[in-house]
Amino acid sequence: MAAYIAKRLIAAIPVLFGLTIIVFLIMAMIPGDPATAILGSYATPENVARLNRDLGLDRSLPEQYFIWLGNLFQGDLGRSYTLNRPVLDEVLERFSATLILAGTSLILCSIFGLLAGIASAVRQYGWTDKIVTLLVLIGISTPSFWLGLLLILGFAVNLRLFPASGMYAIYGGGDLLDLLHHLALPALTLSVVATGVIARLTRTAMLEVLRQDYVRTARAKGLTESRVIFRHAFKSALVSVIPVIGIQAGFVIGGAVYIETVFQWPGIGSMLVKAISTRDLLLVQGGVLVVAAAYVLFNLVADVVQTLLDPRLR
Amino acid sequence: MADTTFASAKPKARRGRPGRAALLFANTLATGGLVVLVLIALIALAAPILPLADPDVTAPVDRLMPVFSAGHPLGTDHLGRDILSRLIWGTRVSLAVGLSATFIAAFFGSLLGLVAGYAGGRTDSFVMRGIDMVMAFPYILLALAIVAVLGPGLINALYAIALVNIPFFARNIRGITLGLSRREFVDAARLSGKTPAQILFLEILPNVLPVIVITMSTTVGWMILETAGLSFLGLGAQPPQADLGSMLGEGRKILFTSPHVSVIPGLMIFALVMSINLFGDGIRDVLDPRLRSGALTRPVARTAIMRDGPAEAPVPAAGAVLDVQGLRTEFHVGGSVYKAVGGIDLVLKKGECLGLVGESGSGKSVTAMSVMGLVPTPPGRIAGGAAFLGEEDLFAVSNERIRQLRGAVVAYVFQDPLSTLHPLFTVGDQLTEAIRAHQRMTGSQAKKRAIDLLDLVRIPNPAERLNVFPHELSGGMRQRVCIAMALANDARVLIADEPTTALDVTVQSQILALMNRLRQERETAILFITHDFGVVSAICDRVAVMYAGRIVETGPTEAILSAPAHPYTAKLIQCVPVLGEPERRLDAIAGRPPLVDNLPDGCAFAPRCPRAQADCRSGDIAMSDAGDGRAVRCLYPLAAGEADV
Repeated sequence: MAAYIAKRLIAAIPVLFGLTIIVFLIMAMIPGDPATAILGSYATPENVARLNRDLGLDRSLPEQYFIWLGNLFQGDLGRSYTLNRPVLDEVLERFSATLILAGTSLILCSIFGLLAGIASAVRQYGWTDKIVTLLVLIGISTPSFWLGLLLILGFAVNLRLFPASGMYAIYGGGDLLDLLHHLALPALTLSVVATGVIARLTRTAMLEVLRQDYVRTARAKGLTESRVIFRHAFKSALVSVIPVIGIQAGFVIGGAVYIETVFQWPGIGSMLVKAISTRDLLLVQGGVLVVAAAYVLFNLVADVVQTLLDPRLR
Repeated sequence: MADTTFASAKPKARRGRPGRAALLFANTLATGGLVVLVLIALIALAAPILPLADPDVTAPVDRLMPVFSAGHPLGTDHLGRDILSRLIWGTRVSLAVGLSATFIAAFFGSLLGLVAGYAGGRTDSFVMRGIDMVMAFPYILLALAIVAVLGPGLINALYAIALVNIPFFARNIRGITLGLSRREFVDAARLSGKTPAQILFLEILPNVLPVIVITMSTTVGWMILETAGLSFLGLGAQPPQADLGSMLGEGRKILFTSPHVSVIPGLMIFALVMSINLFGDGIRDVLDPRLRSGALTRPVARTAIMRDGPAEAPVPAAGAVLDVQGLRTEFHVGGSVYKAVGGIDLVLKKGECLGLVGESGSGKSVTAMSVMGLVPTPPGRIAGGAAFLGEEDLFAVSNERIRQLRGAVVAYVFQDPLSTLHPLFTVGDQLTEAIRAHQRMTGSQAKKRAIDLLDLVRIPNPAERLNVFPHELSGGMRQRVCIAMALANDARVLIADEPTTALDVTVQSQILALMNRLRQERETAILFITHDFGVVSAICDRVAVMYAGRIVETGPTEAILSAPAHPYTAKLIQCVPVLGEPERRLDAIAGRPPLVDNLPDGCAFAPRCPRAQADCRSGDIAMSDAGDGRAVRCLYPLAAGEADV
């Protein structure tokens, strides 16, 4: 098993390198003179020249990449123009806030998605199934940013149960309870779509598994139906749902862009949106890179968990 | 299941079903989605000719008028613009952008998938590595990065969304293309001198089109959502141009004072995407062959029992462990009824081994599964008869009672031990689970018992084998595990459904010897299902021969083997090769067994029988007693010694 994990980790290295190349190339593809593009057409020639030198843009593309990569290894992603602080510091700080939000959502959508999927498969074509199917459709059809606004209107403005914005605890302004209080609405909003996707796939996986010969064997052994479903069928279904949860991690982190904007959560999504509109491209670059790398690791974890569950993959 | 004619009869069943369009309309949700979608699309298309206010004309005096105001049915926004008009024009933009993105992604993605799947080799791995790389990014993040480079704007957002969706199409289409390009019709086209381009677009493309359509219908809603999302963030449509997303984004700033400005466009996005998804699901259900064939219906814990009319109060035969009387099991699929088992009587005594013999599709497995309610429902159901286990009618007892009896009193051994053992649990887990389902034991006691059981079925190093997974064992060892599992609770009846068919010949004889020994030591009654008379002669005391869901001949094994009375039995026996007689003819029986949804009148074997006369083809042919415990369902049975038919 340890050998397998090591093998997977090594296999992830070229992917991570590929990410750095793509992220680098995206930034290099900016049409026109990058310095002017960054600083805007009203920039003074001195500023443009200085920025070009700062960015090493007078060198060839491969040279630029390796210099950039070298800096990256030393933890230097450059400085943000708008915030005047190292990109890495800002990105890591923001990313931890996003992890809290996205992690909570991922846990919520896994629990609810799996449960709803099982219930729906077990009661196939019954009322539970119909209701779950409809809820899933509503869930994946609802714009999350709109749902966020509705929840703010309902729970923050009218009922005054939860705050509409912000997350104070991370800056030392509150305790865990305060954090959960601020987390409730955004985490719920963020998990809706992924819950739907996971529920849907769990249902299909369960239906497929329940037809297998080994489920018939479990029944022929005289096991109770709940044991047949929750132990025998669910374990097999989980093997095919785990990679989906890994992929959903990416959607949840991506969806955080909207939710953080709506709830003014100080995460990397709202940072990126702001950085794009202020053309702070180094900040965009750093943010994208860190999130993409985290996503690769998420999928790696999903892979390993899947292998732990299924001995045939070892 | 695989052992019934029902499987081979599927094409016929489909003919009797409604067409695709009819299926789609039968799905009320899909129809509802389509109606709403068409309505929205028509209104959006008609925007220029509708009597609407100019969506971009500002009127600061009329700003933030509420819903249902005079002249402004949906109110006005913070610049006094008419929301209804902006909503319709915005829907137009959102629909156009979403559809364009879908077509762009579908076109380039499918093209990549087709080329990669057909070319294979280096082209394939190059394209797919690139796709993997793009998919290594969280979807929306990549779109953001692209917008960051291209700069905010509706067209740039469209490109970004289309681009990040290309991998979905490429992956799906590549998989299908890969499978298709190995098929005969593609080889044929290649040999006929067609160019790769011709093959791709004329032979393969028509076959992958349904998949492209499914992928489009499932992603278009998503793409509309995502472009709206980018606009919401201010990275898509730029003022004064507006799509639904940017309307929502602008309205957000005045959410607390005038919620209608942002709630209304969001509702529109929701209605649009929901109707697309409802309709898309309908399309998928119609085009997905798995859903159409019912391959995704879940069997319930116990076969449905729908016996019609009160039976004439049957009584169990004295001295029988298991007494099946008049069993009828049917499959109801798409309006057709397959009578897999059409009235079977079987009696099994203590320590006796009864062979149930017949070709594939004769209904012998269904008979075996029916006893403990293991026939999948839907589509199976027990339509008549009784099965007495001692004094209890198994078709009349509660679900909980049947669970208690399964594995404890009646145990099963199935055909393919690789698929019947759970792949994710160790042998030990599965054995101890079988033990503890019926006996109160601690974990270590159960483990000890499991080791004893493995020892009993002659598995070497039983203690170590507890920790292995089924795929780590050989086929013979796996079947021994299955037998050990069946013996876990000293069941009185063992139902073995072709337990040796999946094994090679030497292993087969070992397993037979093992079962024979266990039967003699423990006086377990065995119902042994097989299609092989060679196996029958090795283990069975008596034989019942099945054809088209009914027993056609029954009697002691030696008597039947030496002098079969039914022409079908004789044919079956002729199919067995005999060692030392290489010149013997090995005839397959000409023709196929009848479809059990349309059985002929009279003897079901008559169409394939060389001895059939006119009266064989009418009326019901009853079982006639032939003495010495033998019975045969034939008007012109073979006399003793008249072996050749």
